Formats: sequence, C-alpha cells, structure tokens
Amino acid sequence: MVANGIGASVLRKEDNRFLIGKGNYTDDINVAGQTHAYFLRSPHGHATIDSIDIRAAAASAGVVAVFTGDDLAADGIGPLICGVTVTSDDGEPHRAPAHPALAQGKVNYVGDHVAIVIAETLAQAKDGAEKIAVEYGILQAVTETGRAADDDQAQIHDVAPNNMCFNWPFGDKEGVEAAFSSAHKVSKLELINNRMVTNPMEPRASLGEYNTGTEEITLHVTTQNPHVHRLILSAFNQLAPEHKLRVVGPDVGGGFGAKIFVYAEELVVGWACRKIERPVKWTGDRTEAFLADAHGRDHVATAEMAMDEDGKFLAMRVMTQANLGAYLSTFATMVPSYLYAFLLAGQYTTPLIYSEVKAVFTNTAPVDACRGAGRPEATYLLERLVDVAARDMGLDPAEIRRRNFIPKDAFPYQTPVVQCYDSGDYVAALDKAMVLADYEGFPARAEEAIARGKCRGIGLSSYVEACGIAPSAAVGQLGAGVGLWESAQVRFNPTGNVQVFTGTHSHGQGHETTFAQLVTEQLGVPFENIEVVHGDTAKTQFGMGTYGSRSLAVGGVAIAKACEKLIAKGKKIAAHALEAAEGDIEFTDGNFTVAGTDKAMNIGEVAFNAYVPHSYPEGLEPGFDENAFFDPLNFSFPAGTHICEVEIDTDTGVVEIVKYSAVDDFGKLINPMIVEGQVHGGIVHGVGQALLEGCRYDSEGQLITATYMDYAMPRADNVPSFDVDYAPTDPPDNPLGVKGCGEAGAIGAPPAVINAITNALNIKHIDMPATPENVWRAAQGVA
Amino acid sequence: MPTVNMNVNGKPVSAEVEGRTLLVQFLRENLRLTGTHVGCDTSQCGACVVHVDGKSVKACTMLALMAEGCEVTTIEGLASNGSMHPMQQAFMDNHGLQCGFCTPGMVMTALDIVNRNGNDLNEPTVRKELEGNICRCTGYHNIVKSVQAGAKAMGE
Repeated sequence: MVANGIGASVLRKEDNRFLIGKGNYTDDINVAGQTHAYFLRSPHGHATIDSIDIRAAAASAGVVAVFTGDDLAADGIGPLICGVTVTSDDGEPHRAPAHPALAQGKVNYVGDHVAIVIAETLAQAKDGAEKIAVEYGILQAVTETGRAADDDQAQIHDVAPNNMCFNWPFGDKEGVEAAFSSAHKVSKLELINNRMVTNPMEPRASLGEYNTGTEEITLHVTTQNPHVHRLILSAFNQLAPEHKLRVVGPDVGGGFGAKIFVYAEELVVGWACRKIERPVKWTGDRTEAFLADAHGRDHVATAEMAMDEDGKFLAMRVMTQANLGAYLSTFATMVPSYLYAFLLAGQYTTPLIYSEVKAVFTNTAPVDACRGAGRPEATYLLERLVDVAARDMGLDPAEIRRRNFIPKDAFPYQTPVVQCYDSGDYVAALDKAMVLADYEGFPARAEEAIARGKCRGIGLSSYVEACGIAPSAAVGQLGAGVGLWESAQVRFNPTGNVQVFTGTHSHGQGHETTFAQLVTEQLGVPFENIEVVHGDTAKTQFGMGTYGSRSLAVGGVAIAKACEKLIAKGKKIAAHALEAAEGDIEFTDGNFTVAGTDKAMNIGEVAFNAYVPHSYPEGLEPGFDENAFFDPLNFSFPAGTHICEVEIDTDTGVVEIVKYSAVDDFGKLINPMIVEGQVHGGIVHGVGQALLEGCRYDSEGQLITATYMDYAMPRADNVPSFDVDYAPTDPPDNPLGVKGCGEAGAIGAPPAVINAITNALNIKHIDMPATPENVWRAAQGVA
Repeated sequence: MPTVNMNVNGKPVSAEVEGRTLLVQFLRENLRLTGTHVGCDTSQCGACVVHVDGKSVKACTMLALMAEGCEVTTIEGLASNGSMHPMQQAFMDNHGLQCGFCTPGMVMTALDIVNRNGNDLNEPTVRKELEGNICRCTGYHNIVKSVQAGAKAMGE
C-alpha cells in the first residue's frame, strides 16, 4: 500500500495556510486603484419604484459612480436566469418572471437591489447611498408559503397568476388512490419544513477588474463553481464573452449551496468595473447575507401513507407547497421538484407514490439549494411519516422500517419515482446504529431520567440520498441547461512533481488532500509532490463545480481516468527506454517494470523522458499531461441510519441531545478523517434546522431574523460529540466505489431529532424548529 | 484624522484613521493582516477574535483608537520560526477546521480559554467557552477535541 493513499486519514494540505492566517478569501484580495461598492436595497417587501434621484449621491464625497437598473438595461446586461425548466400541469414551462440584477420599476423583497454606489472607500459608498432618494409605492406583501396562491393574495409578477411558478404532479395518481381506498390503515401528517438561511461563515463578496488592454474582466467571487459562473455570466447575462471573462473562486469560506448561484451583486460588480475602468470590490455584511443570499427549504406539506395489516407500505401521497421567493434563483425550480419528489421512496419498497408540488412566489428572498437541497425536505417528510405510521400501527419505529426496507439483494433497485438505487444494505446500517446507540438500553435510561424529573426520547431516521447528479443526458431530459460531468487534468512537470487540475471546487471539503491521495495511490508519486489546483477558469479546464456531494464521486473519477491515461502513455515510453515490448510493461507503486525482470523505470523518469524526448517512441507525442472527462452512469445513493437521544426539561422546554449515533454507507472512504468531519458538520446543520433555525418574515415582508442575535445558529454548547460509524456497500456504477458524504448529516439529522422529541413527549408531531417555547407548549398540551 | 499607535504582533505600527474605524478594519485594511476575519456585524460569530493586552477581544467591537498603546496579537503572530503554535498544530492534527474562515477566531479564543482555565479542559467547559464563536462546517466535534489537545500540549 502507498503511504498517504486511499483509506488513510492524512492530515490536510490546506490547513497550514488557514491556521497561520494566510488563507486567501475574496475580501482578503486588494488591488491597486480599487473602489468599493455598496448596494442600496429595498426596505420594502413589495413596492413600485416611482422615482429614483441619484444626483445628491453622485455628488457625495468620494463617490465615483451610481448606477441603477436603467443603466444595466441600457447596456443589455442581465437579467439573472434560472437554469432548470419544470413543466407545469398545463403543459407549459414554469412561469419565469424577469429578474433584473438592479430593480426596474418594482422591488419584490426586502433586500432587493435598487442601485449600486461606488466610491473611494466603503464608508463613502454607504454615505452616498443614504443620499439616494427613492419614492416607493408600497404594495401588499405576500409572505406565507401556504397562502401565497390564494385568491385574496396580492399579485407579484404579471406572468405568474396566483403567484404560481408551477404545479408539478408526478406519479401514479389513480394507482395510489386505489391503494388508499383498500388500505388497512392510512397515516396522515401535515408538516412544515422550516425556512433556513444557509449561512456559510464567509459572507459573499466579489472583486471585478477590467484590463483595458486585453479587454478581459477578472472576477474574483465567492463561488462553488467558477466555470458555471463564467458560463452563465457570459452566455445569459451578456457580461463578456467567455474567453474574455476569468472567474476565480479563491479560498471560499463555506458554501453549503448558497454560493452556487449567480447573484445580482457579482454581475453588477463585473459590469461596473468595465464601466468605470477601475477595480470594484463588494463585500456583503452578515445582514446582507440574511437579506439577499438564497434561502433554503420552506415547504408546507401533507403526507399520507397507506398500509396493510402488517404495517407494510402500500402507497404514499404527498401534497407540497414550496416557496421559491420573489424571483427564481439559478437552480430554484429543481430543488422542490426533481431533488425532492424523486427521493420520496426513501429506503422503502413502497410500490406506489404520488406527489404534487405547487411552487409559489412570495415577497421573500429567493429560495434555492441549501445543504441537501430537496433531499432533506423529502427525508424529513418521509421519516416523520414513518414514525407516525409506526405509532398508528403500534409498532416500534425500528420494526416498521425493517418490514419495509428494500432488501440488500434487490439492488440495483428501481423505485417508482425515477431513481434506480445503486447499492445498499439498510438492515446492516440500522442494526449497527442500534448497537452504537444502545437502543436496547434506552428504556432503562428513560426510567432513570424520569427519576431526575426529565423526559427522554429516542428517534431514528433511515435516509437515502441522491448525489453526484447525473448522467448529463438524464438531467438534460429533466430540463437542466447544463451537463453534470466533471473534468480533470493531471500534469507532470519535467522534474516529476504533479499538478492536478479539477473542475470541482473546494470550500472546506479538503479536496487538496483527498484528490492528492487518489493520485499518490494510483501513480505512486509522493503525496507531498502533488498539488491540487482548482477555482480559477484561467488555470483549470471547464468543470461544473461542487455541490450535491459530487466532487469525489464524479470529479475524483475524472482524476482517476486522467491517471490511467498517463499510465498507458508511460508504458509506451518505458517500453522504448527499457527495450521491451509495451505489453510486457507493468506498473505498480510508481514504477514501470518489465515483467519477470528487474528492469524498471520510475514514473518521474518517464515524465522527464516525455519532456526531454531525445530517445523516444516514434510517433508518440511528447509531454506527460492528460485530460479526462467523466459523465457518470447514475447518481450515487448514500444511505444510513441516524439515531438521536434527547432529554427534555418539560418545565423549560429545553431539549438536550444526549447521544447521537450515525451509521452511513458512503462506499469506499478515501480519507476517513475528512469524511467523519463532513458527517459531524452535516449533523449539526440538521440539528440547527430541527432545534434552532427558523427564518421569519412578518406580514409586510420584513425579515425579522436578519442577524445572529435573531436567527439561532447552532453553537458548540448546543450539540454533543457524535458517534459515527459506517456500513459500506460497493456501488457498481462508480469506478472508485465511492458515494458522496457532504450532505448526509443535514439530511439524516432533522427527522432523527424530531422523532426523538415526539417520542419523549409521546406526541404525534411538533414542527421545526423545536425551540424551548414550542417544546414547552407541546409538553403542556398547549397549541 | 487622528493617529493611532499600537504594537501588533510585536511590531510598532502607526496610522491615521477615521474615528469610526474598527480595530478589525484597521488590521485588515491598513495593516493587510487579513487572517482576522469578519463573519457578522453584531459581534456574535467570533471570526474576528484577536488578543488585546493578552485578553481576547472581538475586533469588530472595538475602535482602532481604543487600542492606542496596546499590545495586539493576531493569528499571524502565533507561529514562530516557521513552527505553528501548539494550538494551531492541535487544530491541524484533530481536523478542527474545514473552510478555515472561522478558524483564526477559534484559535485565538482557544488560547484565551487556556489562559483562563488552564491546560486540563473538560468537554463541557470547552463547549461553554466556545459559545461566542460560530462554525458552520465542523459541527464543533473536532474543534472541541482540538482545543483540549492544544491546551494539553501547551502545558507540556
């Protein structure tokens, strides 16, 4: 085995720079002559803009320029786009209202962009913005997800009657109805999936520079996918031709989905730097992040499960109303449709599923992918419903799951909702989790808690998720405007060290380490001689970026394929140098050897020969640098069981998580240390949703949770340490045998936590976030 | 504009600043010490924690002028002779960071925890003491381990 190769918990290459304060985040970058931008935002949820007077602002000290939506429109810039089409039940594409980067005539949420003020200093830009006089005509705001489509609600966009973006029915409606009519029992649950603000710790920022000589714009931006940014900004927003636009996502301080999308600020900054021929820098503050980052979740749903007398699931019916906010963000339509309804089978053999998703516009920030994106919503609904079903049937929650699991010999398993699961052993994960959680010992612990005046509960969640969204042809059929392959370039330098260029983007996931492990394993080059390069369209070939837990399962395979090409070429070079037939050359641990002899050549020497081809195979190209693209055959389907144990003080409603156990199937682990860290973070993201986080707008569309003092982020003293283990299976469709792991925790945790609380209180349901007030009310039987 | 003087990471610095300039702005923009981060605007997240005269301070909560004559230490001032401080090393060894954005504030806070609580820290103490630092990536599990390990290493 190669040192630091696959399966080793290698310490991270990237940590040194972060730990000594030498990270290079967008706001850390400063360039000569830069100006500072500030965006004037709408203070109203829904209003017409009757006039804007920028004269006093333009004359304010230090102000370089003030631009409004008319200036953008005059240059033909924008509007912002949504890249996935969902066909509504009337056969028409989803309603797509224009989304100008700077408002034109109307604002549709608090935080909507009205003007940009550019000045010598940020303080001067803010001072200038205060001098812009805007006359608004305030309109009634629409803010409730469940009521947005009602007839008495105000109309936000002319193109979307009743504020409907789409109504998307999916599945066998008649079959489901028939199954329900003859079922032994039907369990029913109404629930809310609470709106979250994604909150990566680094606020969004962008820095635009225009080179008047080359006519190239360089945009540093907090992005998870620089090439996707460049493509959209070029092809759809008319910012600049693709070859005249360089997008750099340097160190990025967390993404969790919020930095996938092309936002107004980035487009306007990119355009303005050319307009004023000076660099323009914008860095959002946290309140702006709350106001104008894309939010997540925000569903109101009704779910029903039909069962036979043994608790076997016969059919499921789900009616969902999903809030998309004021405008469609880049991938907004995909989240409550394909990433949601296609996961409703979960780990179960439920043969019939019918789902109807009504997606609505409201006067709130746009809603799009947030860690898990649709899959947490599906999993929460299903795993809560299963617990209610167990309660209705008088079965243990573990037992009802066991009775309905897809058996391990049934894989690949075709669900009734499109997805064909690659591999899984759901019983193994459940069994292991129950041991880890000491499920059997729970009654004794509950007794003991009662003696102390506390109330204990245990809850489990058996999730499956779909990540590494693919193949491209399938996502194209679904209406996506992009392919979802990944690319890699593995380049030997003449002296034998290696640079790996990936189209994925690391913003905390540790790709610089994990991908180097893949390469050291495959090529035998020392780990320290391998550098992973990502995040700059001028350095890396086209790539799709990082989201949907795709980087290793898709991007990692592309790297492996590029390595295979190098080995194949290296065999030709080595055969020539060693005077052997190519077919006799073997490659192991970094050495090309002639089979059955001691004649050998290190891959570093081969690389040198390729760049200094004095004695070289005839007709073979010089150079040792290979490119590969990988378009997967299928999604990958991580799965697992999470078990949460809580203790509740019914006098205060405070919920303490006393034990949390997770057993996941991520296939083969490349770096177990990094994987475990991803699981921890995901769990706490999910615990945050379950216990703490709730984004609220008032009836006028004011965001009343716009700071960390009003929006409760999980902190160190809200959570315990975790017990994490694995029950891996081998996914046949993935050449590396890997599955994604970045979102699993956020998907698995919310129902585990809420199931534990409902178990503790012996109640059917409590909505998230289960704050002390909500839990206290539930414990007292007060609505 | 008034002039402010202080020692930052052992070096005397002096600059003219506006009265409204925050210490964190002074560090990041005047001195280009960009290791200290700004993650919020309400002194909640702790990404900007530095030490002023040996005590941890959220640098977004203090005007630069208030640090007149003070000894300020930032994340850039911890490593010496190319070797990381034991607390920095503990964060690396225990995978106590992912995106790295909250990390400088976490490390500076961790040192302050050790200064006030000693080298043998139990988990509840660390969790309670970290309440003013928010991390979205790690779920805190490995940060807690890092702080405990770093505290122990500092005592050896």
